[in-house]
Order: sequence, then C-alpha cells, then structure tokens
Amino acid sequence: MLWGSCALFALVLGLFLAAWFVPDFGRRLPPDRWIVWGGLALPLPVLIALTLYAFNQGEFLLKGATKDTEDVLEVRATGRMWEWDFSYPTLPGSVAEPGVLHIPAGRTIEIVAESEDVIHSFWVPRLGGKIDAVPGHANRLRIRADKPGRYGGICSEYCGTGHAGMRFEVRAHDEDGFVRAVSAETSE
Amino acid sequence: MSENMTSGQNPIALHRALERIWGTKPGWGRLAAVNHNVIGIRFMLTALVFFAIGGILAMLIRTQLASTESVFMDAETYAQVFTMHGSIMMFLFAIPFFEGMAIYLLPKLLGNRDLAFPRLGAYGYWCYLFGGLILIGALIGGVAPDSGWFMYTPLSSSVYAPGINSDVWLLGITFVEISALSAAVEIIVTIMKIRAAGMSIDRIPIFAWYMLVVATMMLVGFPPLILGSILLEVERAFDLPFFDPTRGGDPLLWQHLFWLFGHPEVYIIFLPAAGAISTILPVLAGTPLAGYRMIVAAIVSMAFLSFGLWVHHMYTVGIPHVALSFFSAASALVAVPTAIQIFAWLATIAHGRPRFSIPMLHIFGFFFVFVIGGLTGVMLAMVPFDWQAHDTHFVVAHLHYVLVGGFVFPMLAMAYYWVPHLSGKQPVQHLSHAAFWMVFIGFNVAFFFMHLTGLLGMPRRIFEYPSDFGWETLNFVSSMGSFLMAMGFALVALDFILLFKFGRPFRRNPWHAGTLEWAMPTPPPSYNFASIARIDSRADLLDPDKIGPRLAAGDGYLGMPRHDRMEVLGVDPISGEPDQVVELPRQTYLPLWTALATGVFFLLMLFKLYWLIPLALAAVIGCFWLWTVRDGSPIDRDPVSIGHGLKIPVHIRAQIPPSHLAMVLTLVANATLYISLLFGCLFLWVSAPNWPPQDVSLDIQILVLAAVVSILACVGSRLASRKTNMALAGNALAFCAHLLSAALFLWVALLTLPAPSGHAAIASLFVILIYAALHGMIGAIFAAHAIWRALRGHDEAVRSLDLRIGRLWHDYSAAAGVCAVGFCLNLQSLIAGSTP
Repeated sequence: MLWGSCALFALVLGLFLAAWFVPDFGRRLPPDRWIVWGGLALPLPVLIALTLYAFNQGEFLLKGATKDTEDVLEVRATGRMWEWDFSYPTLPGSVAEPGVLHIPAGRTIEIVAESEDVIHSFWVPRLGGKIDAVPGHANRLRIRADKPGRYGGICSEYCGTGHAGMRFEVRAHDEDGFVRAVSAETSE
Repeated sequence: MSENMTSGQNPIALHRALERIWGTKPGWGRLAAVNHNVIGIRFMLTALVFFAIGGILAMLIRTQLASTESVFMDAETYAQVFTMHGSIMMFLFAIPFFEGMAIYLLPKLLGNRDLAFPRLGAYGYWCYLFGGLILIGALIGGVAPDSGWFMYTPLSSSVYAPGINSDVWLLGITFVEISALSAAVEIIVTIMKIRAAGMSIDRIPIFAWYMLVVATMMLVGFPPLILGSILLEVERAFDLPFFDPTRGGDPLLWQHLFWLFGHPEVYIIFLPAAGAISTILPVLAGTPLAGYRMIVAAIVSMAFLSFGLWVHHMYTVGIPHVALSFFSAASALVAVPTAIQIFAWLATIAHGRPRFSIPMLHIFGFFFVFVIGGLTGVMLAMVPFDWQAHDTHFVVAHLHYVLVGGFVFPMLAMAYYWVPHLSGKQPVQHLSHAAFWMVFIGFNVAFFFMHLTGLLGMPRRIFEYPSDFGWETLNFVSSMGSFLMAMGFALVALDFILLFKFGRPFRRNPWHAGTLEWAMPTPPPSYNFASIARIDSRADLLDPDKIGPRLAAGDGYLGMPRHDRMEVLGVDPISGEPDQVVELPRQTYLPLWTALATGVFFLLMLFKLYWLIPLALAAVIGCFWLWTVRDGSPIDRDPVSIGHGLKIPVHIRAQIPPSHLAMVLTLVANATLYISLLFGCLFLWVSAPNWPPQDVSLDIQILVLAAVVSILACVGSRLASRKTNMALAGNALAFCAHLLSAALFLWVALLTLPAPSGHAAIASLFVILIYAALHGMIGAIFAAHAIWRALRGHDEAVRSLDLRIGRLWHDYSAAAGVCAVGFCLNLQSLIAGSTP
C-alpha cells in the first residue's frame, strides 16, 4: 500500500510538472482520453483489488489472525474514567489486577469491551486493531500475542481530562506462567 | 417612464443612478447592507479573523506537544483548545469562507446584479457573526466546549459535562448553521433563476455547477447535524434520554447523525475549492477547461457517493464487518470522481501553455498535498488498516492533508487570482513566493512526520506523553514545521496588505479570462452590471473586454433604473430565456433585528431562562413577518419592458418566482431533518440497549383526529386559492384547523404520554408530536397572514405568490402530521409485538 501510494503520487505529480514545464507534453492525447485513462482506467482496478484484499484481511483479523478458531479465551475489558478493569468470565476464581491484562501467549484472546461511563477504545498497538467500548454495547475484538512479553495498551477515544493517562499493560505469559499469574494474585 | 434602452446613454449618468439605488448607505446605513458585494466580503473577512484565532489555537497545541510531559497547558485547557481549534476551522472558517466567496462571485459569474435573496444573505451573515461571537466569548471566559469537535456523547452529556461548555457548542454552532442553510437556499435559487439572458443550463460557468452541487449537499447534509444538536441539547436541558444507554438511548445515534453530516461536509468544503481550480486553471493555461461535462457528471456522482460513506468514521464502534465493507467500497469508489477531476485538470494543463504565476504555484501546492491526502484516505478506507490507524495522529495528518490541500491551497490560489478584482489592484509579488514556500514546506514538515507519529501508536487528543515512547523527536519536528507554516501565513497576510496599499491599478481583465466577472469595472460597483448581457456561448468562453463597455453603456437588458427599484433578470432554469423581472428588497435593518432576536433566543437557551423563550420566539416571528409586509404596489399588473423590445412579467406574477422555489428547498431541508428524526427513532429500536420500554400508551383516537384536522387545513388553503371569494373563509378554516391540530398534538404529547424522561422511545414520540404541533402553529401563522391580506383587499387573483407559498407549507405540515401519527402507531405496535 505504501509503495503503491508512492508510485501513484509520483505519477500524478510527474504528470503535473511535465504538463506544466515540458512543451507539447501530452498534447497529442485528446482531453477525453486523459480523463478516461487517468480517471477511470487507472484507479478502478487498483481500488477493486485493494478493497477485496482488505476485506479478506479484515475477515482474517476478525478471527484473531489465525486459522485456529476453536481455542479462544474470552476476556472482559471494562473501561471507566480513567482505567481499565479485566476479568476472565470462563476462568472461575481468577483475579486480575486493574490496569494489567495477563494473557497466555500463542492463544487467541477475545476481548469483550464494555464501558461504565463514556466511550473508551481498547487498543494494544502491537497486538492488533482497536475496538470502542461504547456504554450499553459489548463489542468484541480478537488479539493474539505470539511471544511472551510486555505490550503497552492505551485508550484511543477521547474520554475526558484523564484520557492521556488511561494506559494499561498486557503481559503475555507461557501457559504455566499465565495460570500462575491469574491465580497467584489471590495469594498476594 | 423611459422605455427606450438604446446604447448611447451616458454611462456615467447611468452609473450614478444605479449606484444611488443599489449602493450601501454610509455611517449607520452600513448595518442595513444587503448587497452581495458587501455581505460576501464581510463573510470572508470575518472567516479570516476566525482562521487566525483557530491558527493561534493550533500553535498552542503544537507548543504543548513539542516535548514530553509538557506543563504548558493542563488537560482541561488542552481539551478546550483542541475542541475549539477543530470547531472554529470547520464551522467558523471553512464553510463561511467559501459561502462568502460564492456570495461575492456567483452573481458576477452568472452575469447578473445580485443574489436572489439579499436580505436572507444579510440575515445569514449576522447569525454567523453572533453565533461565532458566542463561541469566542466562551473561549475567552474559559468555558469553551471541551469534548472534541465531534462532541461524542455521553462525554458531552449533562452527566459527564455538567458545565455550560457543551451547550455553547450545540447552540452556537446551530446558530451559525442557520447561515449555512440560508446560504444553501440562496445559492441554489440564484443559480437556477438569476442569470444572464441566454445562459442555458449547459452554458453556466463550471463554478456555478460546483456551487449548485455543494449547496444541494448543504441543504440535505446540515439537517442531520442540526437534528443531532437539537436532540442532545434537549437531552441536556430537559433530560430526554436520546443518547443515554441506561434509559433506551444510544450514544451511537449521535455518531450516525454527526457523520451523516460530517462526511458530506468534507466534500462540501472541497468542492468549492475544486470549482475555483476548474475556473482558474484554464485561464492560467490559456485553454478551455477539458471535459466540462465529465466534470459535471463526476461532481454530481461525488455528491451522491458522499452520503453513503459516513460509517467509515465509525469502523471501530462494533458494526459487523460485512456492513463495514460496503462503506469501505463506497469510500474507495469516491476516489474515482476525484481522479476524473484531477486528470481533467492535467489534460487542461497539457493542452494549454501555462504561465508561471502565483496562483499556479498554489495550484501546484494543492496537487502535491491533496494527492497525498487522497492516497492516505484510500488507505484509511480499508477496514483493517483503519483498525490500526483510527484515532491516531495518522488520521490527524490525513485530514489536514485533505483539508489544507483541498481547501487552503486552492483558496490561496483563488485569493491571488481574484483579489485584483476585489481591490482593483495587481499584486506587488515580492513576498508571494517566499510566503508560498514557507507555508508549503512548513505544512509538509508539520504533517508528513505526523503520519509516522500516528503509525508509532500516538493517539489523538492526548495532552502529554511519556518520554520513553519514542514520540518526542517527531512531535518536535512537527511543531517546528507548524511554526514555519504560521509565519508563512503571516507573510501571506502581509502580502495582501501591501497589495491593497501599493498595488498597481489596471484597466480590465488582467488574466485574460473568459468569464463575465471581468466584464465590469474593478473594484466592482454595487450593482455589478449597468445592464445585463445576452450570451450565446458557454459562460467561460466569452470576451469580457468587448462585453464590458457595451454593458456599461446600458446596451443590455434592464439598462435603465426605474421607480428606484432594484431589478434583476430572472430566467428559465433550463433554457436561460428571461421569464421575469425580479424586484429585490431595498436596504433594510430588518435582517439585523431578526438576527438579534434569534440571538436572544439562543442566549436564553444557553443561560437556561426557558420561561422567557416564548417572548424571544414571538420577536423572531414578528420580525420575519415584517419582511413580507412591504409589497403592495399596484404597478406590476402588466408585463414590464426590459429593453430590446422584450416585455416580461414581474416576479410576483411569474410561473416560478424565486421565493416559491426557496420555499420548496426549505421544505426539502425540513423533510430531511424529519426523516432523520424518524430513522433515528427506528435506529434506537434496532440498536439501543434496554428496549422496549415498560409502557407506551398513546391516545389513538385523539391522534387520528389531529391528523384528520391537519388535512382539513390543507383543504381550507386549497379552497382559498381556488376561488377568490372563498379567500377569507378558506384561510379561516386553515387557521382554525392548524390551531386545533396543534392543540391536539400538544395534548397527547404533554398530558397523555408517560414521562418522556423515562425512556428514549417515549422521548422520541414526544419530539415527533411536538414537531407536528410546531408545524401546525407555523401553519396557523401562514393562514393568519393570508387572512390579513384578504382583509386588506389584496387582489388575490393577481398576487397569489404569498398564498402559493403558504399552500406549500399547509400541504407539508399535513403530510408531516399524518406521518407522525402513522409512525407513532407503528412504533407502538412494534413495541407491543416485541414485549413478551
């Protein structure tokens, strides 16, 4: 997409400058041809291909960027001014600390984003797209961390004066570490 | 009265006589100005002042973001600054600026003397100025809006924004939007009706085509925003929970209404600028515009497409992916009409011999910046990419590339092109080059790097960021670029000041253009043309150097002042043949008084003095009624001469007078608002949580009765127009029926409905019933006006215009009443059906 854009930009600007400064450039092509070639023949195939590709890519991402759609862990992410709370509805007895999301690495996580007050948006830039937490709605987003590690998360919908500080952290563990993380906190 | 209009009149004497009629009076008389030259320039100057204020706010933002953990502003101040920057640039700069430009230019390009409704233009200007002052006043007072320029609920609702801040936005912007709607009506009617003789629809200047499309988009684009603002203000003021999810409302309703306006808005801003390029570029290239018809087809399709892609601002709100891809495809498709225009311009350049000039330099700036903005736009239209980039600085960079590229650079080009027309002087050009390169380089430095900041994950609207995220260097570079750009704009301003002070005078047509605005003296006289031309080729292929002197000598139509009237030529919209003489109202203070009364209404709303509001409304209605009083002269019985042996009727006796067309357009805008309201309620039923409500009891008999009675009102008005001797009885019937139906609707809304604050469904029904009642009351005013005229013994057979306009309203309000009742009954049965 980046290189395609660069090429198109160079093409249009090149034509502009050539038409401006090179005498007789493009004069043999009648105006109608200019418009049909540049205005229809050039953009349509690019746009159609891009839209179809984006649709496929979107479907893939919606499934959590993996073919394995069976083993999904659901996490409830609740936004409120100005922090995130996480819980694991399918893991009874598990506890999570505010502002830290423990996930198992290599497994698809389905975030169910909800809000208690205004609209927030759940986003972990390195793990996938974002989803708005709209009060009254439960929106779903699948993310996946391939490797254990720490990933920064932020709120990306303006939600008041505390918006800039509404950050959280995702800690991806291996399977054992994850079990320890969500249960260990009870003992802490 | 002199009927001969041969050439050989003394041009100077003719000029004096016309100037006495058309000119704005000095001193306090300036407040009574209705002339489009004066109003257009006022619009543009005021918009530039707001642009400067918005620019200063932008500098504050960039200062804050230049370093990490900046302590320059706190979060609350920063919120007000970025909200006001966006709101000012959109609503107080971009839209009013091109409105002013269209108001100034259109009558000249169309070869006529003024716009169709000079008083409406003046009223729109005052509304714009007063609404803008409310917003700036709030900014100075430290209570400016602070929820972002798109005011997402619930952040902007009374729970999370209890102060006056959000009310300032909702009421101030709605006040300003009056000027946008009035300009839309005025522009459409002017392009349809007020042109030079022989200017058929396929000969109108390309700029008029652009503005026709833009004004139509404004007419149906602004009502959803106005509706949203009304609903949110009603929620804040009276606790009707349209957007409150705990009581059956939905925050997403606001987003749909806002972006249903907000996306067409982008094209509403871009198209006038593109129209300017389509007008200027062929002149600079010395060749006719390539693909006139294809461009017209492209912009019309762009207008349609632009209403089908608002959801691309909402890819992350949880809408199913298949639905998103429809909007994604539409968003990508809108690149095609843009590409058609771009390549039509390239073809024009290729087939001409472009001169190097300052406007051309700015057109280069436009190409460079806008193409990048368009390409990032296609990227953002792709759903998966948008999930990453949405609400980051990438989007901020994209929208500035589109708006600065698509609006500011073309506006600078047109300023350098047309300011000689406005001032009568040619530029000095010492500073112009430096100013352009400073703006251009500063802009690209500021915003190109902002794409990268966004891709690195920096969200919008954060007032501070930690130092370890790696965003500081890029932000610092952006800030430096923006300061350079600000200095560039200061140089542009200085350049224009120098032009007005030291510019060289010129005789006519410095660019050798082929359009009619150069066939007049510069700076232009208040009446534009001493007489009105007949043209026989496309309006951008004329020879102003030949036409100008002939028109100045009175050799066209209407080349003689008579009865101190301001007369313009009305033509058939398709063929361009003269079909009426439109007599315009003279200079008057009424627009100012009416706007002041309207302003009092908005201020009372703002300060929650609701019990005084009926008084303000009465004042507004009284003022508007005074607009209609002064037309009773008996001299218009017969067709009047316009010269060259032609006699045509005066507009009040014509088939399609401008005001009739204006009423139709007003009702189109009104219907758009109403349809948005009905669909908004259905949307709540489909999408909002906590539905259905416990109890929706409607008094069905009374509602049906109200609908029947409102139909009676339109029967009454028809009776009155069918037979002259029925005028009094028919209008009396219409008057009583309107009042009765309004009373019945109010009865149901206020006394029989459950409390509207309990649930959004009840609130919706309440608002729909109030809407119907309001139409009944306004209908009663129309009927009362007709009764007053009948009592004064007006000859209704001849002067039926007011009655015909009233009849349009009666028909519409009957239809609205019937729809309201039908909708209420349907919603009730739907709710009954879905309750277990």
